[in-house]
Amino acid sequence: MKPAQTRYRRPHPGTQPDYNYPPYASTQKRCPTQPLIVPPQTLSEITGPIFGHDDIKPTDNDLTRQHNGEPIGERIIVSGRVLDENSRPVPHTLVEIWQANAAGRYPHKTDQHNAPLDPNFSGAGRTMTDAEGRYRFITIRPGEYPWRNHYNAWRPAHIHFSLFGPAFLTRMVTQMYFPGDPLLPYDPMYNCIANEAARARLIGVFDWENTIPEQALGYRFDIVLRGREETPMEKMP
Amino acid sequence: MSLYATGHQTVGPYLHIGLNWLVTPEIAPRGIAGERFTIQGRLVDGDGDGVNDGLIEIWQANAQGKYAHPEDRQKKPIEKGWRGFGRVATDARGGFRFRTIKPGPVPGPNGEPQAPHLVVSVFMRGMLKHLATRMYFPDEPANARDPVLKLVPAARRATLIARKKGKSALEWNVILQGRQETAFFDF
Repeated sequence: MKPAQTRYRRPHPGTQPDYNYPPYASTQKRCPTQPLIVPPQTLSEITGPIFGHDDIKPTDNDLTRQHNGEPIGERIIVSGRVLDENSRPVPHTLVEIWQANAAGRYPHKTDQHNAPLDPNFSGAGRTMTDAEGRYRFITIRPGEYPWRNHYNAWRPAHIHFSLFGPAFLTRMVTQMYFPGDPLLPYDPMYNCIANEAARARLIGVFDWENTIPEQALGYRFDIVLRGREETPMEKMP
Repeated sequence: MSLYATGHQTVGPYLHIGLNWLVTPEIAPRGIAGERFTIQGRLVDGDGDGVNDGLIEIWQANAQGKYAHPEDRQKKPIEKGWRGFGRVATDARGGFRFRTIKPGPVPGPNGEPQAPHLVVSVFMRGMLKHLATRMYFPDEPANARDPVLKLVPAARRATLIARKKGKSALEWNVILQGRQETAFFDF
């Protein structure tokens, strides 16, 4: 029994990080040192977990309404589409996000940064994409924060995104950055993507259309998951 | 028109904030058929230290060898309540633990059956893109013929096979570097 579909594409050179990336010091003791093994894609990898609306609450996409009061910070709308490499929407897939508060602090036991916690902000959200692959979060703009990777190291403002897509092979965790952030040129995470255009796609775009007057700025962040090879035999929609 | 996939980025040290809500250490709810195992192990870095900010995700078929997914078109039963997904974070010593059933054989390339296995994603701070690996079961004759396991150099195959620690207990460690380095895949 051969798989009915074509295989998932290999990454385009320069568009994905290497495991061993010395500027991000923690990779040095954690990256594999033996060559990775490249097996065929089997039924185990072209399938993957499926989540639904029963797994989340409809309000889980609003990070400003998780406590009695409103969080401190600039309210923003982060929305976009999840597509595959063939430009087709990825519908009904789980999107998870997490981020620091407006002062650049995470409510986490290992975050010792001397910036205030916000009792009205936990910093986690989740949603499902709709039939056209669209998602939308309401949150606050996260703050920058220091880390110990190198002298005077600061992370640019960012939101972590976790996506599943339709298969084990489409699983992805990424980060969205903000346009014009002066810390981006110094950030090893951002710079671990060698291809300049691919790197720039990690930056959300100011989104006037989704900006709500007198309420919240909009940012658009479209995400592309691995897609399948296209063959002339494939039926087009 | 084709696009390139968005670049992966690390989960960072505060991954639990976003991901712990879906922690699923019991992959097979009560009533799901199959031989039950507790699997525990450690995620260990190049210094031999436990990784305390890691997360493991598991994807597997049920005991009949059927995935809860529309692209698995085998005519095999699937129980209500079966998803086949697990997620566990590592503890302060890098330890992880989950309970599940041994999956049945699923078809491999050209239809030859694969040995029972779990597919595993490994996430952590210090890793820019998650790792993919597999866990196989001990005392399983099908391991010798498994089409993926046989691509792994013979000396490294044991890193993918859990060790028996009791009647229904298995140990499987994920070693990131060194002599016992786990075999990782790039599918």
